[in-house]
Amino acid sequence: MLEVRNLTKIYEGGVKALDNVSFKVEQGEFLACIGLSGSGKSTLLRCINRLIDPTEGQIIWNDEDITKASQDEMRRIRRKMGMVFQHFNLVSRSKVIINVLAGRLGYVNPAMSVINRFPKSDVEMALKQMDRVGIANQAYKRADELSGGQQQRVGIARAMMQEPEMILADEPVASLDPVLAHSIMQYLEQINKEDGVMVICSLHFLDLVHRYADRAIALNEGKLMFDGTPEEIDDDKFKEIYGKEAERVG
Amino acid sequence: MKTQRSLLRSILLGLAILLVLVIYAYGFQVTKVNFKETSSERRLTQLTRILRALAHPDIFEYEQEEVDVVVPIYLPCPDPVPDIPEPDTSGPYMVTDVSCAASKEFILLEGVNFQPGSRGPINFVAASGAKRQLENFVADENGYFQVSVQMPTRQPVAEAQYLRATARVPVGAPKFTDTAKVTWDKIIETVFLALLATTFGTLMAIPISFVAARNLMSDVKSSLTSIALTIIGWPLGIGLGILANLGIGEVNNLLTANLGLNLGGVIVGPVAAYALARWALPQVEVEEPGRGMRVTRIITLIVVIGLIILTFQMLAELALSVGQSLIKPLGSLGFLGNFISQLGDVGNMVIPAMVALGAGAAVGNTLSSFGQSISDRLSGSSVKIINIILAAIAGALLFIIVAVIINWFYQINDPVKIYWWPGGIGAVLGVLLALRATPKAALPIGTTIYFVTRTILNATRSVESLVMVIVFAVWVGIGPFAGALALALHTVAALAKLYSEQVESILPGPLEAIEATGANRLQLIAFAVIPQIIPPYISFTMYRWDINVRMSTIIGFAGGGGIGFLLQQNINLLDYRAASAQMIAIAIVVATMDFVSSTLRERFV
Repeated sequence: MLEVRNLTKIYEGGVKALDNVSFKVEQGEFLACIGLSGSGKSTLLRCINRLIDPTEGQIIWNDEDITKASQDEMRRIRRKMGMVFQHFNLVSRSKVIINVLAGRLGYVNPAMSVINRFPKSDVEMALKQMDRVGIANQAYKRADELSGGQQQRVGIARAMMQEPEMILADEPVASLDPVLAHSIMQYLEQINKEDGVMVICSLHFLDLVHRYADRAIALNEGKLMFDGTPEEIDDDKFKEIYGKEAERVG
Repeated sequence: MKTQRSLLRSILLGLAILLVLVIYAYGFQVTKVNFKETSSERRLTQLTRILRALAHPDIFEYEQEEVDVVVPIYLPCPDPVPDIPEPDTSGPYMVTDVSCAASKEFILLEGVNFQPGSRGPINFVAASGAKRQLENFVADENGYFQVSVQMPTRQPVAEAQYLRATARVPVGAPKFTDTAKVTWDKIIETVFLALLATTFGTLMAIPISFVAARNLMSDVKSSLTSIALTIIGWPLGIGLGILANLGIGEVNNLLTANLGLNLGGVIVGPVAAYALARWALPQVEVEEPGRGMRVTRIITLIVVIGLIILTFQMLAELALSVGQSLIKPLGSLGFLGNFISQLGDVGNMVIPAMVALGAGAAVGNTLSSFGQSISDRLSGSSVKIINIILAAIAGALLFIIVAVIINWFYQINDPVKIYWWPGGIGAVLGVLLALRATPKAALPIGTTIYFVTRTILNATRSVESLVMVIVFAVWVGIGPFAGALALALHTVAALAKLYSEQVESILPGPLEAIEATGANRLQLIAFAVIPQIIPPYISFTMYRWDINVRMSTIIGFAGGGGIGFLLQQNINLLDYRAASAQMIAIAIVVATMDFVSSTLRERFV
């Protein structure tokens, strides 16, 4: 279970990206996070795995306060949190399989991994994960030779290599076309339903939220505006989250 | 109002133009611009001579056949004027229009029956046998020439003196002159000098460039406890490293006394080290190991490191003895033996330094993580007390080290000034820092290291390698080695800066992604940074090699060996034909390098 308590992030220069945000996510839940661009969604996700250090507040995961964890403890915590990015964030000059194997970096012996030596079991696991997302035949291509949809699947395979208990997905489908978006979301759904992995996913399109999420939270200028099931987002709620001039699309 | 403003403008513009004029006038004054000199006759003849010499590079020469032809002449005219005997017209001969002349008088000299195309000097040969060149001649297709020569000023002599033409005719195929051969040797030396400087410079610059990259360093933050313990740990570790190296050296001396034992050691050492390391560093750590297991592992790892150091020491000794014994049997390939034994020497020089630095890093890191865990676990007030003590010690240590270095240069040699004062000031500053900082706050140590590294790099880079070579020439003697060292040092500074700028411009996305997997800093660099910087690194290394080849051609001017040394010598000896040959060689090498490096760069990037 993940519990976020009074989380606040103020960037250098005084921008308040998160303002006293609190919510809970149950084990095995698919949580969607919605809000305008710049509303603090990315900051929230990055605070959970401490890519960004929060200014105030607590993040309790499995009875452990992540905000107090030391560097060494963070390595152990992060390896259980897979992350999927809007721009895939693959190392474009490396081979696909190396990108996928990078998901194991939190587990393997650092000295051996630096010279690109991974245990045989990890390589087998990588091939299996790539097979699962349908890119097994691309394993030895360079990552930048792949199309956008394929690259995001590499990103998912990389996250799955971590044997995660939680997946943080930062607008995973925002740079993909609608067909690809659904296929990527289905992989996330599959991971959520079959493996029981908690998924926290920031999304732009409400139909995707309705289709995939168990629950949704909404941010506006760093403040939590909404916490409930996707069905509860009616037109009034929508205007509250996105502003008065906003109109629904899709 | 408007006219007033435009008037003001015009005045200002006029003043600006005036100022520019004054600036240029002063520039002419201090650079001693003198166009009159450029057209003075004396300068022009010198210029012509030099340009003509430069146009005749001393590269090819012919075997030459020399024929001396003489004609008697009286200087000054005696009374009565004697007859000159008829010349022998069967071979080449010369006639003059007069049989005697006064000093400084011009006479007409004709040569007949010379070999067509032959050329050479015309000398006045005095009665004493001393000669003086008056003119040069070139015979036309009929073997005829005609020159007007001016008689030299000489003491009056009664008997006949001579004008002598030395006709030179090339025979056989052209061959390389000695100058060309020496130039070739030195050009080879120059190219390899640049190659070595680039290689060593690059190897050093790569790790430094990571430390000098802001995006990598700005995230490195540590608590004061950890920083203070690191500062204490480094010198401690370096000391321990030196001791360890000496201790292992004793074992090494025993083992390398015998060549067989040495060979065996070089083979057994790494195998044992590898096996032990495999046991102590398992591939995947699933469970946190127990305390006993961890201690055993650490001891094993220390043994492994000792074994590795021993192996390297033995390798160096082996290379030294094998290389020396190979020089004779290999004959003309003896330089390979010399290379191997030089590698041994390099090993003997580098190993102690590496061991000391490695031990410094190890102890520094261990104490640093120990400090971090103290800072994480204990309460704020007790951390503050520990911080005050540690910061005082670290500050004192840091200042004393700096003071000892300064003392080495300036030889103050007063214990109060080099130990007590700096130690005291350092301790006070440390205490002040510890009092002011929040006990557990993470201080931006990475940014500090970044700035210190950048400053050192900028300072080093601003000293031209032509200046650096002076110090190295004193240290290792005038020659190409000094040049290579100077160029290598400059390469480190220049490349580290260029490289670090490339690191700073990498995409942050992959960095973030790899960090999110739980990778540590080393893994982050290996997986997210290095793949992104390989193409620009190759490109910059090629570019630097290009620069180094160009620099190595003139580094000899300051004692750095290579072709520059030869060029400078020839310029000083006023041997412009030889200098011209060397300039052409430089031009060819630089142009070729330019072409090769741009081709390679296109291929890699």
